[in-house]
Amino acid sequence: MRYLPLTPDDRAQMLGVIGAPDIDALFVDVPASARRAALFDLPLHAGELEVERELTGLAARNRAAGDGPFFCGAGAYRHHVPASVDHLIQRSEFLTSYTPYQPEIAQGTLQVLFEFQTQVAALTGLDVANASMYDGSTACAEAVMMSQRVTRREKAILSGGLHPHYAAVTQTIAHAEGMTIVRQAAAIDAEADVIAAIDAETACVVVQTPNVFGVVTDVTAIAQAAHAAGALLIVVTTEAVSFGLLKSPGEMGADIAVAEGQSIGNALNYGGPYVGLFTCREALVRQMPGRLCGETVDAQGRRGYVLTLSTREQHIRREKATSNICTNSGLCALAFSIHMSLLGEVGLRQLAALNHSRARELTAALDGVVEVLTPRFFNEIAVRVPPGLAGGDAAALVDELLADGILAGVPYSRLAPGAGMDDVLLLAATETTTTQDIAALAAALKRRLGQ
Amino acid sequence: MRFTKDHEWVELDGDVATVGITAYAAEQLGDVVFVETPDVGKTLKAGDGFAVVESVKAASDVYAPISGQVIEANAALGDAPETVNAAPEAAGWFARIRIADPAEVEALMDRHAYETYLQTL
Amino acid sequence: MTLTSVGRPTRPHPAISEGHASLTGGRGLLQDEPLLFELGGWDKTGVDLPAAEHDASDLGGLLRTTPIGLPGLSEPETLRHYVRLSQMNHAIDLALYPLGSCTMKHNPRLNEKLARLAGFADLHPLQPVSTAQGALELIDRLAHWLKTLTGMPAVAMTPKAGAHGELCGLLTIRAAHEAAGHGHRRRVLVPTSAHGTNPATAAFVGYSVQEIAQTADGRVDLADLAAKLGPDVAAIMVTNPNTCGLFEREVIEIARVAHASGAYFYCDGANFNAIVGRVRPGDLGVDAMHINLHKTFSTPHGGGGPGAGPVVLSAALAPFAPAPWIVHGPAGLTLVEDARDEAAAAFGRMCAFQGQMGMFVRAYAYMRSHGADGLRQVAEDAVLNANYVKARLSAEMTPAFPDGPCMHEALFDDSWLEGCGITTLDFAKAMIDEGFHPMTMYFPLVVHGAMLIEPTETESRRELDRFCDALLALARAAKAGDTERFTGAPYLAPLRRLDETMAARKPKLAWRPEPTTVAPAPLAAE
Repeated sequence: MRYLPLTPDDRAQMLGVIGAPDIDALFVDVPASARRAALFDLPLHAGELEVERELTGLAARNRAAGDGPFFCGAGAYRHHVPASVDHLIQRSEFLTSYTPYQPEIAQGTLQVLFEFQTQVAALTGLDVANASMYDGSTACAEAVMMSQRVTRREKAILSGGLHPHYAAVTQTIAHAEGMTIVRQAAAIDAEADVIAAIDAETACVVVQTPNVFGVVTDVTAIAQAAHAAGALLIVVTTEAVSFGLLKSPGEMGADIAVAEGQSIGNALNYGGPYVGLFTCREALVRQMPGRLCGETVDAQGRRGYVLTLSTREQHIRREKATSNICTNSGLCALAFSIHMSLLGEVGLRQLAALNHSRARELTAALDGVVEVLTPRFFNEIAVRVPPGLAGGDAAALVDELLADGILAGVPYSRLAPGAGMDDVLLLAATETTTTQDIAALAAALKRRLGQ
Repeated sequence: MRFTKDHEWVELDGDVATVGITAYAAEQLGDVVFVETPDVGKTLKAGDGFAVVESVKAASDVYAPISGQVIEANAALGDAPETVNAAPEAAGWFARIRIADPAEVEALMDRHAYETYLQTL
Repeated sequence: MTLTSVGRPTRPHPAISEGHASLTGGRGLLQDEPLLFELGGWDKTGVDLPAAEHDASDLGGLLRTTPIGLPGLSEPETLRHYVRLSQMNHAIDLALYPLGSCTMKHNPRLNEKLARLAGFADLHPLQPVSTAQGALELIDRLAHWLKTLTGMPAVAMTPKAGAHGELCGLLTIRAAHEAAGHGHRRRVLVPTSAHGTNPATAAFVGYSVQEIAQTADGRVDLADLAAKLGPDVAAIMVTNPNTCGLFEREVIEIARVAHASGAYFYCDGANFNAIVGRVRPGDLGVDAMHINLHKTFSTPHGGGGPGAGPVVLSAALAPFAPAPWIVHGPAGLTLVEDARDEAAAAFGRMCAFQGQMGMFVRAYAYMRSHGADGLRQVAEDAVLNANYVKARLSAEMTPAFPDGPCMHEALFDDSWLEGCGITTLDFAKAMIDEGFHPMTMYFPLVVHGAMLIEPTETESRRELDRFCDALLALARAAKAGDTERFTGAPYLAPLRRLDETMAARKPKLAWRPEPTTVAPAPLAAE
């Protein structure tokens, strides 16, 4: 077997050094009834060619985003990732290293984390970022639980514009810990509706901008209302490229900002691995979940980096830890950071402007075809599917348009089947969307409408 | 000054007790990097966890040696946690507590008894 | 003859001295690399993008008006920056990485290649399932392998790492108790030797945690467990093989007494590598166990993640597993994504989408490559290598549990260092100077000055010997009084020992411009 270096001769000699008659002697502590003498009912080992053949066959049964016009978003976005990003993250020293617990021989990873934290803090307009979470949704749940530690209150209010999966994850995890989660009804332009629900028991309000329907909101007034009641404002963003164009959460008064960082540096990957961004105001840092990298000096006074404030974490604080997280999304954070370094402020602003421009182009092409429901958008819009198109069922329309080779976005009903919004279709455009893609979508819709 | 087996000290002035951790405890912990002091106004029962002291590698609960109400926390520890190492039984105090029952203080060890106790550890 | 005496000298000068520190900070191949923010690229970019055709005037007051503060680099500068940084890391591709409990094994590159196929990598999580049948098929096949290898009937695939899997497992257990009217069961029993994630996870779901004592031979104290079980105990969380690298001989009895008292048996599967292909946790009475795909099934650790932590479940717990899950239908595979849809018992959702597809591809390719025969050999070689290291190092060091074999990792205590004037940490830092990554130290907490060594099955005998020779030489040096070699170590790493106290007292968690630095000029909104 190509991954196993020991030869039969090695094994025999090593057993001799150990003083064991055979390999079974090393498994003597396993109860006899649980020792499996026979091989499991699974295929035997296979060479590279054979494995590659099987998996290539499976991959070929999927319709890749790049195979034709593609408009899916709703929390995961197709962007172009420069070739050097994927090359660099496959360097052995990044790919095959562990969590940097021995800082003297992990300065590469640690400096990357310090740079990543700085980039994320700058993007969100807040003071401190951690070294990443699993994804945006779990970062959102962690932020809500952090608000309980900070305010010692139990209630979280989630806006009706929050991605339904994020709301579900938050409800699952934060509720288990004992919080009361108030989910507001889904609505297109929903964010400001949270203000009326804030009361003296509220630990936090969670709003999303751009929200799941693509609506961009200035949350400054929400921040003021939350702070007046002693609650925290948590701002969620699922499209990190939007930070290049829009006012940052920090600028608008957020106490905690969480985001899905997949858009920068990371492929769609059918949902994972992604990278959760988590930032907050400096005063809250000791209640943060996850790893933090900090600057220090070595014994000779040279600058270096270490994991720090670890007493918050499970390996030290155990049942009193701020979170149970251990493994995070290190390599995805590296990809994010490299792509962000390539972009720089200049490139990120251009990229964000280009995304918005493509969405404007899409909106213009759909004018008079379907109703655009999103009043202010970045690169994603919600449209209403009229009764004349697939019976007004967005999911059915998406299935129909597959025949035209078009992946026509995400029906809102896929995210929230019971919300009574079966006619709402979410469409995203990015720099990868071409004028021809947009024309193909518009033409397919018009043809079905008899236009 | 009186002492507990959990290495807290108490110094009584009228009905106000100043509390902190002992020099022995500070040395065992190593470099103190953070102290979480109690909220002013908090009511404590003897034995309650009322503060947390952190080194790089450990977080330790500090227990109230006596019952009472917190009337002041040592704000200086926020910027200078190292004071706990430098002067654990003076400037490194954690909180001032208006005591509920002077007898609780009397029941604690005096320095001689505490030092004898340390010999047994 | 033609006498040619021109050209460069071809022999080194006789050694003149010990050498010199460099004048500028570089050290041969090791470059002194500043922070990204100190490279001056405030107006630079490494991408070429077309101009936007439409402006953003429609967004008015929503637009950013202040600079972000992000430097950029051209592509060659980017390559330099990150390659230089990479060279300051230890890596499994460089040398043995014996972190106990972490299973740092070889990461096959075939798996990287396959995960990058457009049919997997360029696939949107919410595109119609009819266009992702190959992806669902792969997840389903991986699930089949995991169920077969563990002897468990169900698996929840979405958890994104081990601790996330623990959370998933405990939420499943909690849902099952609540469904049975046993919501009052809110205590969890955890051995003192457990990973920190176990008690942290229990607390995360609102449970209280009580520790179970350990016997002198490093196993769960069954009497103590039995005494602590009761009508309010929701679950026990036991790692097997445990964190001392030992198989819990009484595991079947542990499961029996837990079940008899109405508690579930959660097994921390971090150490599954020791038994894969030989022992099925389902045969031991386990109700739920997470599998770290980034340990046993070799998806790369990536400097801290990403991982994947699917949770295998017993029949009793299976109905409570979170959404989404795959079902076989007439039109192929489909996803149940809304927990309310079909099974009211599902406890909720762990993450936004279908879990760590990129890790699933890698893990499945790894399993297929090994096959049933290869995986069995994995466990055997992992255990053989650990016992070999234990046998060889016992010449100078003291194993914490000398009697009987260990499983996939060998645990030593620091009693052999007594009188040497150095600590476990000093010894470990000196390993760095010999070219090896230190072992896991001071864990598990039940052993004084613990040194936990997990070589894994992907080390050759030659590399194991090199490692053992180095540690034995260091041990002899320690005993011979060569104290400075240890207390000042490492001497030869990119940096000497770092001041963690300073980092924690005055946390500096992001780069900030020095007051003298010229701030980036505000850019006009596009």
